[in-house]
This record gives sequence, C-alpha cells and structure tokens, in this order.
Amino acid sequence: MIALLSRDLKLAVRAGGGFGLGLAFFLIVTVLIPFGVGPETELLSRIAPGVLWIGALLACLLSLDRIFALDWEDGSLDLLATAPLPLEAIVTIKAAAHWLTTGLPLVLAAPALGVLLSLPQGAYLWVLVSLALGTPALSVIGTFGAALTVGLKRGGLLLSLLVLPLYVPTLIFGAELARRGAAGLEVEAPLLMLAGISFGTLALLPFASAAVLRINLR
Amino acid sequence: MASIWEYANPVKFIRTTDRLLPWISVAAVACLAVGLVWGFFFTPEDYRQGSTVKIIYLHVPAALMAINAWLMMLVASLVWIVRRHHVSALAARAAAPVGAVMTLIALATGAIWGQPMWGTWWAWDPRLTSFLILFLFYLGYMALWEAIENDDTAADLTAILCLVGSVFALLSRYAVLFWNQGLHQGASLSMDAEENVADVFWYPLLVCMAGFILLFVALVFLRTQTEIRARRMRALIAREGAY
Repeated sequence: MIALLSRDLKLAVRAGGGFGLGLAFFLIVTVLIPFGVGPETELLSRIAPGVLWIGALLACLLSLDRIFALDWEDGSLDLLATAPLPLEAIVTIKAAAHWLTTGLPLVLAAPALGVLLSLPQGAYLWVLVSLALGTPALSVIGTFGAALTVGLKRGGLLLSLLVLPLYVPTLIFGAELARRGAAGLEVEAPLLMLAGISFGTLALLPFASAAVLRINLR
Repeated sequence: MASIWEYANPVKFIRTTDRLLPWISVAAVACLAVGLVWGFFFTPEDYRQGSTVKIIYLHVPAALMAINAWLMMLVASLVWIVRRHHVSALAARAAAPVGAVMTLIALATGAIWGQPMWGTWWAWDPRLTSFLILFLFYLGYMALWEAIENDDTAADLTAILCLVGSVFALLSRYAVLFWNQGLHQGASLSMDAEENVADVFWYPLLVCMAGFILLFVALVFLRTQTEIRARRMRALIAREGAY
C-alpha cells in the first residue's frame, strides 16, 4: 500500500502531473475574480470564502481524469487489479494520492490567496478547516467519477457532468462553514455535516468506485 | 399465479405491454383531457392569484413524476444489478429522458408562474434548487448511457451511478434546505396540495396527476419496447454480417 502511494506521489510530482497544475489554476481563478467583480474590499471580503471554495473545487476537478487515465493507458491498472491488494484499497490509495498532490496544496495555498481577496481576519482559520475537511471528500467523489469514465476516449467533459452534481452537498456545507466562520456565527451544524460527508464518502464510496472499476476492466 | 419476473423475458414483456399499451394510452389521454379542461375552464379563479393558479395542473403532476421517475429508475437499476434482467436495465434507460422532460416542465411552469406571482423567473429557493440538481443528475445519467458502447457495461455503470446519485440527490436536498432555509416560502409554493388546496382545485388536480402517471407508464413501455427492438435489430444485423 505504501509502495503504491509513494509510486503515485512520485509520478505526480516528477512526471509533470497534476501537482502544479491544480495549484496554478487555483491561483489564476482567485486572481481573476477581482477583475471580474471589481476591486471593492468590502465585496471581496464577503465573497472570499465562497470564491476560495469554488476555486478549490474547480482545481480539484481539473486533475481528476489523471487519477486512472495514465495507468489505464499503459496497462498498469490491469496489473493493480490482479494484485493481492483488494481493489477497494487501491481506489482509496489513488484518492489519497490525488488529495495529497491536489487537495493538500490547495488547502495550504488558500490562506495566502485569502490575502488577495481581503479575507476577514477571523475567517482564515475556518477557510482552512473547511477546506481541510472538505477536499478529501472532493478527491474521493472525484475518484468515483474517474472510475466511471476510465475507459472512454474523451471522458473529460462527461466526468465533469457526472461529478459536479455529486459535489453539491460538499460545496454547500464547506462554503457555509467558511462563510459562517468568517461572519462569526455558530458553526457546529455545517462543521458536523461536512465532517460527516467527508468520512462517509471516504468509508463507503471506495466500494462503489471499485465495483465500477471492475466493470470497466472486465 | 404468474411471477412478475416472467416479464423479464423480452418477448413476454413486449407481448403484454402491446396488449396494455392502447388501454393505458387512451386512459392517459382521457385523464389529461378531462383534468386539464376541467382545471382550466371549470374551476373558479383563486381570489389572490387569479388565473395563474391554473398552471398548477401541469406543474404539480410534472414535479410528482420527475421524482417518481428517478425512483422507478432506482428500482429498475437495483433489479438489474441483483437479477440481471435486461428488460429492467432498458426500462431504466427508457425512463430517464421522460423524467428529465418532466423535471424541465416542472421548472419551466414554475418559472412562468413565478414571474407574475413572485416577480422573478428564478429564485434560489430550496425546492427550485433541488429540482435543478435533479435535472443535472438526469443529464449525467443519460450522457453516461450514450457514452459507453458496450451495452452491458453501460447498464452496469449507469445502475451504480443511479444508486450513488440517489444518495447524493437526497443529501443535496437536505443540504439545500440547510443552505437557504431563511428564504423558503412555505405554503405559497407547497407541493403538499392536500393540505392547502380547496376541493374545487383538488379533484381536477387528482385527475391530472393520474393522467401524468398513466402517460409516464405508457411512454416508458413504448420506449422500452423500442430499446428492446433496437437491440434485437442490432443483434440480427451483426449476425447477418458474420455470414
């Protein structure tokens, strides 16, 4: 398991994979927003948590098709499927590798980009917490979408169409948590819901992803 | 007593639905005609909403079927996964576009009603938002069916997508309620028409709902037959080509 994880991480970092790409996309989205809505500090600081969430979500989406596509092309996915490791574990590790190379850098970059969007003082902690809790769910759900579309020639657009509706609850609770935290309101309900979604998807969705992958590898 | 699983046999399914289809179609048309004419011309106008209230006879049945079509797809997908009856998978496939159109009708009639009544075509109200999300689910489901060439693979994948999607659709429903609770207008757009619609509106609405249900059943039967025949034709062509 560790070997597979480190292999995926190395491939992502060294082979010019999604590592920098998602981060750069996140940066560009957040930089472009003020050009789009105008530079008023008040407006920016109000929408900043939501913008950071949308940016993180899109950046996550951008690199989803890489989760299985390269392994599918060179046949290593078939080898992995016949390995002693259960496919559910492989899927989970793939999701973990995706999160470590895409989600985690986004979480770490979010406070720095928050400065650009004049995020209010008290909001940094909650943006960080909500993204740290929510991005694993994005990776796991995305892995399910990537498993669904793995055999398709041009699956990219279909992948977005399938995954975006699945992202709705995570986005709502994540952005709500960040927004309430920023406004100094009570945060317990969205915090619990977001944590529930994250852990729930992490526990259950790999089974669906593995089932889908088995069908696709048939 | 014949088991329901006998209809998993495509020939039997086609023979039975062929016999039922004219009756169901006639009943659907009759119900819709009676319900709509009754609703549109022979009910009083609401004292507050005027004649706009009459869009309810399209809106509520469409919304009802939008949700029930997804439920039917869920059941059909489960049957396909568990018992692997092809008719079931094809029925789920056949129901998806019908359900999507029902969702679209519900959204469109809602917008047309909302324009004079709320002064806006669209509000991010929980009900409206969850229907929009449901529509996206339908789109994704249909797109996945179209994208995959192998029939069995497509049936398997879409069935799993339907299961996972159902969970997430429910989750979205509650998330959306949580997200925009403050703006939710209760009774003015309540679908629980039993509670706040007077009998004069309720009876024609009931007939319309029956009409929409029959219409949905008829369309799904017809489309499933078409799918079965299309698949049989492809098999025949493939066999011809082999010789």
